[in-house]
Amino acid sequence: MALSISELEEFARKCRVEIVKMVYRAQAGHPGGSLSEIDLISALYATRMRVRPDQPKWEDRDRFILSKGHASPGMYAVLAEMGFITHEDLHSYRVLGGKCQGHVDMKWCPGVDFSAGSLGMGLSFGLGCAMAARLDNSERRAFVMLGDGEIQEGSVWEAAMAAAHHEVGNLKVILDRNRIQNDDFCEAQMRMFDIPAKWRAFGWEVKEIDGHNMEEVMSGLDFLEATNDKPSILIAHTIKGAGVSFMEDNPAFHGAAPNDEQFAQAMAELGEVVA
Amino acid sequence: MSEMAATRDGYGQALLELADNPKVVVLEADLGKSTKSLHFKKKYPARTFSCGIGEQNMLLTGAGLAASGYIPFASTFAIFTERAFEQMRNGVARPNLAVHLCGSHGGTHTGTDGSSAQSIEDLAIYRTLPNVVVMHPSDYVSTLELTKQLPELNKPSYMRTARNKTPVMYRGRESEIVIGKGITLRQGTDVAIIACGVLVSESMKAAEELAAKGINATVVDMHTLKPLDSDLINSLVSQCGAIVTAEDHNVIGGLGGAVAEHLVKNTFAPLEMVGVEDRFGESGQSDEMLEVMKINSKYIEQAAHRAIARKS
Repeated sequence: MALSISELEEFARKCRVEIVKMVYRAQAGHPGGSLSEIDLISALYATRMRVRPDQPKWEDRDRFILSKGHASPGMYAVLAEMGFITHEDLHSYRVLGGKCQGHVDMKWCPGVDFSAGSLGMGLSFGLGCAMAARLDNSERRAFVMLGDGEIQEGSVWEAAMAAAHHEVGNLKVILDRNRIQNDDFCEAQMRMFDIPAKWRAFGWEVKEIDGHNMEEVMSGLDFLEATNDKPSILIAHTIKGAGVSFMEDNPAFHGAAPNDEQFAQAMAELGEVVA
Repeated sequence: MSEMAATRDGYGQALLELADNPKVVVLEADLGKSTKSLHFKKKYPARTFSCGIGEQNMLLTGAGLAASGYIPFASTFAIFTERAFEQMRNGVARPNLAVHLCGSHGGTHTGTDGSSAQSIEDLAIYRTLPNVVVMHPSDYVSTLELTKQLPELNKPSYMRTARNKTPVMYRGRESEIVIGKGITLRQGTDVAIIACGVLVSESMKAAEELAAKGINATVVDMHTLKPLDSDLINSLVSQCGAIVTAEDHNVIGGLGGAVAEHLVKNTFAPLEMVGVEDRFGESGQSDEMLEVMKINSKYIEQAAHRAIARKS
């Protein structure tokens, strides 16, 4: 899909509206990390992912693994925009029997390739998908979205080491560096020091961008697509809750729903008219 | 003396025999020499992935491969698979991805490595996971045959193998070995001994001792703990009226637990459980460990007498 920067920004804005609506309807969920990742996932799906929404299990599709699976509203909103599911399906978020389970789940939702919910697992799974593609002599890629708090899990580094050892160049990671995790700022919970240097030291190609500047996002995705001799990671500096003023940079909205008044304010800020 | 071989060697041989299927891949966590996946690695290096000493990554890399149409066989020591239990739970069992996990060196029979290497809880924990088939074969041939059936399973599995040699019992009887079906090795009507793994041959010895005293025991090799062969257990209850289970595993949650769960819900028979009595092991030779843990043929025989005495 060839979308202009302004069209991508509009794609992401519509997704932001859906994210806030989903969490508001459910009165539960994770808006902060969904809003921080959304510009990245929007651009990835709208301009890079080789997928067929009408054929979600097409064997040679690129895989997208939302390892930070609690940020599911962001992914569901994108899947709806892409046509994997309907906008009506978004009403099933956190509802019994719904496609949109609390955490993204490959058994429940078309277009989802990984059953997430436990942090630190997606990179290894993506590594397996990427290795399978290599065995198949396929051009398909595995894109993995990690949270920054998530990389405190030790198994992430097992996977990072293995991916570099096996030179798995079709494994491409986006790190949502929004600086906040469940209980507090990452800096307070577990300092991570020089994150780019850590990935470089593990043998990865690294690039940093502003994860809300769509031109930078596109150049970051160019970098991931162009790096094929080793695994690559795009460290996207983002703002938790981006786009909704009272959620921005606010640890309270990692996993909390807006009330009626806050919902109305959020819709107004996102330029959405609610009847 | 009959032929002796280690079940882990049966696993290694099975991987070689499965290699004609191009979808079969092998994952290792620096213990391929021990679990015996090394033979596959030597012959098929492009389809073998070293995961270093990283079991958690190994399980989920396997899940990614399985989700992409491959049939991954991952192995390490039984005890170290447990480090990746949550990966097995959330990343493999929950999405029902057919990753086949093999834990070698299970049980106190593992011997002189000591208690840190003697998993006595693996069968219990994997049995609690929906979708997962749990096996603990007793000899080289049955391990080979059961492993070769795994690609048709289309669901995840856990198989415990043993480090040390046990008698080979199934030469020429390969067709009797089917996942989920217990094998009756000996027929008797006084008591039924249901065993798995290294205690199957001990149970046969116990049955011979019992026979010398005029007691006729049935012996069943229950190589698959889940799904449990409940039809066979029902017939053992009506045929013998008293049951003994025998396993080199904690008495909590393993084969004895599985049989007990079945009996209390269905048809009652007195049950005596031979197993590790909720304690950790130590360094010792295999035969010494079976004695220290009170799980060799002598204790199985004693349990049979107790079970028979409890018949109403």
